[in-house]
Amino acid sequence: MLTSARIEAFKRYWKSFKFAFYCATHPMDGFWDLTHEKRGTYAAANTILLLTILARIMKLQFTSFVIDPVYWEDINIFLYIGSIVFPLAVWVVGNWALTTLFDGKGRLGQVYIASCYCLLPYPLIQFPLIILSNMVTKDEMQFHSVLSAVSLIWVIVWIIFAMGQIHEYSFTKNILFTIASVFAMLVIVFLLLLFFSMISQGVAYFISFGKELLFRLS
Amino acid sequence: MKKIQAKKLFKRMGALVAGVVVLACSSLAFPLTAQAEGKYTYCYDYWGDVQDSPDAYEVAAVLTCDDLGLEKPLSTTANGLTAVGNYIYICDTGNNRIVQFERLDREHFTFVKEYTEFKGNVEVNTFNKPRDFQINEDGDIFIADTDNNRVLKLDSEWNYVMEFVKPTDNTLDPELVFQPTKLAVDTAGRVYCIATGINKGMIKYEADGTFSGFVGATPVVYKLWDYIWKRYFTTAAQREKMANFVPTEYANLYMDHDGFIYACSANLAEEDLKSGSAKAVRRLNLMGNDILIQNGEFPVYGDIYMGNGGGYTGCSKIVDVTAFDNDVYVLCDKERGRLFTYDSQGRLLFAFGGKGNIDGYFMKDQPIALDHMGYDLIALDSLSRTLTVFTPTEYGNLIYQAIDQFDAGDYEASGNSWKAVMDRNGNYDLAYIGVGRALLRQEKYKEAMEYFELKYDDDNYSRAFKQYRKEWVEDHILVIIIVLFAILVVPMIIGRIGKIKYEIDTADIFKF
Repeated sequence: MLTSARIEAFKRYWKSFKFAFYCATHPMDGFWDLTHEKRGTYAAANTILLLTILARIMKLQFTSFVIDPVYWEDINIFLYIGSIVFPLAVWVVGNWALTTLFDGKGRLGQVYIASCYCLLPYPLIQFPLIILSNMVTKDEMQFHSVLSAVSLIWVIVWIIFAMGQIHEYSFTKNILFTIASVFAMLVIVFLLLLFFSMISQGVAYFISFGKELLFRLS
Repeated sequence: MKKIQAKKLFKRMGALVAGVVVLACSSLAFPLTAQAEGKYTYCYDYWGDVQDSPDAYEVAAVLTCDDLGLEKPLSTTANGLTAVGNYIYICDTGNNRIVQFERLDREHFTFVKEYTEFKGNVEVNTFNKPRDFQINEDGDIFIADTDNNRVLKLDSEWNYVMEFVKPTDNTLDPELVFQPTKLAVDTAGRVYCIATGINKGMIKYEADGTFSGFVGATPVVYKLWDYIWKRYFTTAAQREKMANFVPTEYANLYMDHDGFIYACSANLAEEDLKSGSAKAVRRLNLMGNDILIQNGEFPVYGDIYMGNGGGYTGCSKIVDVTAFDNDVYVLCDKERGRLFTYDSQGRLLFAFGGKGNIDGYFMKDQPIALDHMGYDLIALDSLSRTLTVFTPTEYGNLIYQAIDQFDAGDYEASGNSWKAVMDRNGNYDLAYIGVGRALLRQEKYKEAMEYFELKYDDDNYSRAFKQYRKEWVEDHILVIIIVLFAILVVPMIIGRIGKIKYEIDTADIFKF
């Protein structure tokens, strides 16, 4: 009984994961069905996010140095992972926070799932590119850089499409709110910076206060 | 920039720890030794990190006026140094004379003669602040007699032949006093000279003394914003007081064995050098076009870090240049007192030197005159009035040997020489690339690729890889065809079989 439930769960997960490939080629009805037919799952979204991070890290190690020389002394793997996760998180929160005030139908979780599903083209293109990079010379680099750019543009355009579908926005409204979301992201980053610098100032104040106190007492 | 800063912080911490350990050890066991050694010679790696290197040159001798046997010491403005065969000539500008020395052995020079006048039927047959001295292949002597406003041509017996005077050119300010400072003379007797206040490039005279034009002016560098501001937002009166957009003057010339002229400029702005709009050194052909090859990871402008500190500001100020017969050339930076050696591809071989009162270092802010005898470098520091003789060490000789062997087509020997260099300096990118290039010429592509990959040489790597790939495809052509066949044809056949099977299964005639 337990195993069959597990198999069911896995089947559902696998089906939702496969649905990401459908979304990658059919952005309109794909992302509509993603939320309205509930064909996306968090598990599949997380898998795609993991694949994206994996692609980015493996790119570092296995891409030919001709295309991407790496200064290893300077690489911080956590910053590297953060360079994907942090913008995604800020985007999801910023987009949801804004659209929810303006008739956006998508919920926070749905924005997250849809955004992650949009990332699929990145690992899909980057993994083969890692292999390709080891087969090209410097003159043939253009193939690589064009395909690499395609993977990024694909992701960005798909995210815009996806947001339109899950929020049920018209095309112009969608574009408008995409731009607005970018500004929302900037505001969030600004507030975070402010917050952290204030906190560190505050902490520093109390630490020096404590030090002074100890100094006087002793 | 951030990368470099973070890197430096990290390094500094490392250095601090190492320093403390060393101090602790040495104070326990040994007295502290002099710190001057060690950080003298360096090179940049692919990332622009400074990599210490074994010394490529050592100081054979530092010769004072006394050592040279001069009765009357050199003036502190002496600045022309020319090595011809076994002799060197110094233009002792302040004493209005030219002095000749002969090299006896590695570290000994002896005074031969001083020249204060020449024979011939001219009004003035003495020198007035001479600044440069050249001898061409026929033995004719050319002297930039600066304050007499002429370039003199004398025969080998110091008899007056002719003089080159201020060019008659409409674009020149008639008020301008012609003060030639540096010369280059080609085999046909044509004279190229630079003069104070003339920024149109080199003044070119034909062998008969006629002025034939300005060649090799540096392109004018200005910022777009400055141009807009000056063109549209200033009055004529304001414009009058602003600096003009003019080409920079050359600081020095050197004619190499091929007849190309190395010209260096000292007063360049950091940002122009970094953006590539100005060049510290140009190698000019007879048309005045720059043909200097810059294939290195960094442009040819000396130090790539231009920070202020320790009394130094900004970029390297290249005041002299000399080129060996193997197209390796040495630049002399007066700002930090360093000598930069580049190969014919514009890659930094090594840099060394500094400011100070130690052998092999130079005094502050004095133009240093540089020339070479074979691979030995001779530098004149006019403030301390000394000649410093640098001779290549075993390491330096190995580098030159490897370069010469490669140029001569002896690739295997070159590879071995580079390996010997690598044994002495494992952080030297060019050694790895040199070995790789030798292997590449010997058609050992796979091994060459490994060496290039180690030091991020993508051009050569691609070259080797292209050949390697070609070989690989030729060797495995059968496998590739089979795999391609399997990928393309097999699914097609399976599909066809499936279709036939489907048709048979659904065919009407088999239905009962």
